[in-house]
Amino acid sequence: MSGHKVLLSVSVAAGVLASSAAQAQTDITWWHGMSGHNGDVINEIATKFNDAQSECSLTPVSKGTYEEALAAGIAAFRSGEQPNILQVFDAGAATIINAKGATIAAEDLIKNAGHEFNRDAFIAGVRSFYADADGKFIGMPFNSSAPIMYINTQALEKAGVEAPKTWEEFESIAPKLKEAGYVPLVQSQLTWEFTENFFSRNDVQFASNNNGYDSVIDTTINVTAPEHVMMYDKLKAWADEGYFGYYGAGWSDNQKVFEENKAALWIGSSGSFGGLQKTAQMPFDATFLPYWNSIDGAGVHSFIGGAALFAMAGKPDAENNCTAAFFQFLTSPEIQVFYHKSTGYVPVTEAAYGLAKEQGYYDEKPVAEVGIKQLSLPGGEWNKGYRLGFYPQIREVMEREYGRIFSGETTPAEAMETIKNEADQLLSRFAKTSG
Amino acid sequence: MKRVQFNRPLLPFLLILPQMAVIVIFFYWPSAQAIQSSFYIEDPFGFGATFVGLSNYHDILTSAEYLKIVNFTVIFTLLVTVLSLSIGLLLAVKADKVIRGSSAYKTLLISVYAVAPPVAGLIGVMFFDQHIGPFVKLAAWFGWEMRVGIDYWDTAITMITISVWKQIPYNFIFFLSGLQGISRSVVEAAAIDCRSPIRRFWTVILPLLSPTAFFLLIINMTYALFDTFGIIDTTVKDKAANNPITLVYKVYMDGFRGNDIGGSSAQSVILMLVVFVLTVFQFRFIERRVHYN
Repeated sequence: MSGHKVLLSVSVAAGVLASSAAQAQTDITWWHGMSGHNGDVINEIATKFNDAQSECSLTPVSKGTYEEALAAGIAAFRSGEQPNILQVFDAGAATIINAKGATIAAEDLIKNAGHEFNRDAFIAGVRSFYADADGKFIGMPFNSSAPIMYINTQALEKAGVEAPKTWEEFESIAPKLKEAGYVPLVQSQLTWEFTENFFSRNDVQFASNNNGYDSVIDTTINVTAPEHVMMYDKLKAWADEGYFGYYGAGWSDNQKVFEENKAALWIGSSGSFGGLQKTAQMPFDATFLPYWNSIDGAGVHSFIGGAALFAMAGKPDAENNCTAAFFQFLTSPEIQVFYHKSTGYVPVTEAAYGLAKEQGYYDEKPVAEVGIKQLSLPGGEWNKGYRLGFYPQIREVMEREYGRIFSGETTPAEAMETIKNEADQLLSRFAKTSG
Repeated sequence: MKRVQFNRPLLPFLLILPQMAVIVIFFYWPSAQAIQSSFYIEDPFGFGATFVGLSNYHDILTSAEYLKIVNFTVIFTLLVTVLSLSIGLLLAVKADKVIRGSSAYKTLLISVYAVAPPVAGLIGVMFFDQHIGPFVKLAAWFGWEMRVGIDYWDTAITMITISVWKQIPYNFIFFLSGLQGISRSVVEAAAIDCRSPIRRFWTVILPLLSPTAFFLLIINMTYALFDTFGIIDTTVKDKAANNPITLVYKVYMDGFRGNDIGGSSAQSVILMLVVFVLTVFQFRFIERRVHYN
């Protein structure tokens, strides 16, 4: 018996010691949806943060994909076990931002912790996507990308043409590219590259209620806009002519065609740059995502893609201060440039962009600058972002209908009607969630 | 026979308690929650919920897309069940007759069962890959341009093939042990009475196998309805788009990816009802024809 008692008191003492050590350092957790190389880079950033100061200790945890990270975050929040920081992707932004009380606005968090916060320090394209209607930052932009056009330089030389700036220019060079033996155009995600960023790049309204920013009530989607239907009519016509290759909804099935030197132009992510350097079998370059010259006001910056970090509510002040400190650390130019170089995502602040320029990074790798340049283009009326509830499901509806367009089961006009119908139903369902 | 008398009335309840606890915690409780959520449209984070009565059910059952998925699920389940049962039985009957090297054959046939569904899916997807897949090349050789991931039925054929391939060994094991359990004397007596081996198979062997076959029928239907999830997920590469999916995958898409808790709860309640009806039907009507020894 006495032996047990000794053991017990020793373990209690050990527990006390352990907890006092923990008090000296505040632990915070970060759930994210990155794996592989990008997951390793996140671990490196956490290590850098932990080494740089002694008050806070950050532990990143990969929860799988973006969708899985969001689902895990939601489940954890409902049982009161949420992490301090949750990474949420562009399409899930409305889900978390509309759940008022689930998060602390990044801007408030940083100010409450006694730091300065300057919205204008961020590059134009990232400022409003994760902000509310008044421009207050709710999420902290993290891994940010833009859809850009990669160019197979050999293919263009062989066909004797220049890279197109507009879709009209593409139409005129497509026959020559085909003649040269290439699939003129491939892409990797129609929803992101030819719908969402069709609306941003061409400055067309994507949804009512100010693209969904003003209210969830009666928000409707504008996919039936004649310009947007025209884009898909063209894509279908190009596919029939052999100017555009569609290889399903999967990202890499389409990218592979470009990598294997079979396609001339590929619409991918600015973040694809790092991987493409390893896999492309030919030299390549990149430029902005084309727009339509025929649409008034087209040619403005695109929406930001990727994901942001959200500070979850319901945490003690000490932990929130650590989260704020980490956000400050993350947006510092050195860390931004480190992240930019190791992953291909764009730096989110002007200062970081300046530092990368200063270091001569873009002289060495001009393709790395295309994404940030495109996000720094002038702003229009409708390219700040979109805030649509149940948007991951709306994307699934789009993917389904777009697949049907290219398998010949439907026409673009019909497909857009179907999407609008189902999406508007989902949006009105979403409005009821906050009731 | 000696009658065993229990004189402690509580003991049996105590003994089944762990099992009941598991069922209540992992089945009844979540089921009750699913039924409750299916009457609400709910904020994913749990801040607000609107009671909508049966409107989630109404939305689902009037959706043309959902009915299309129901349709595919029925076709998929029937094909996977029938094909994997019949091929499994055929192989078992043949392997039962092999005398030399039979264990090598059996091991080879059974080994596929050790492959986990998502891995089977990945292997299958590689075989059917639109750029490098050998099966796609083979189909092209016959003039069939197979476009898995783009063409609805090409993808359906891929899913069915992989699912059947994965399930055959399981059926094979059970049929083989069933066949080996049939007593030699019955088989020999039948051989004296009837010359045709095919007729003997239908009238003697198959009825004696019917308990095994009935058990496998239920297991295979459940497999096709639920356990093929991993195969479907890997075949569509995480993006269903215009590819065929089954009801379970739709629950996952709406609930876990779309965060529509009310809608996907209503779908899982519908699925529960389907399984319930199916089970009652199987036990009431098919089991009557099963011949237990």
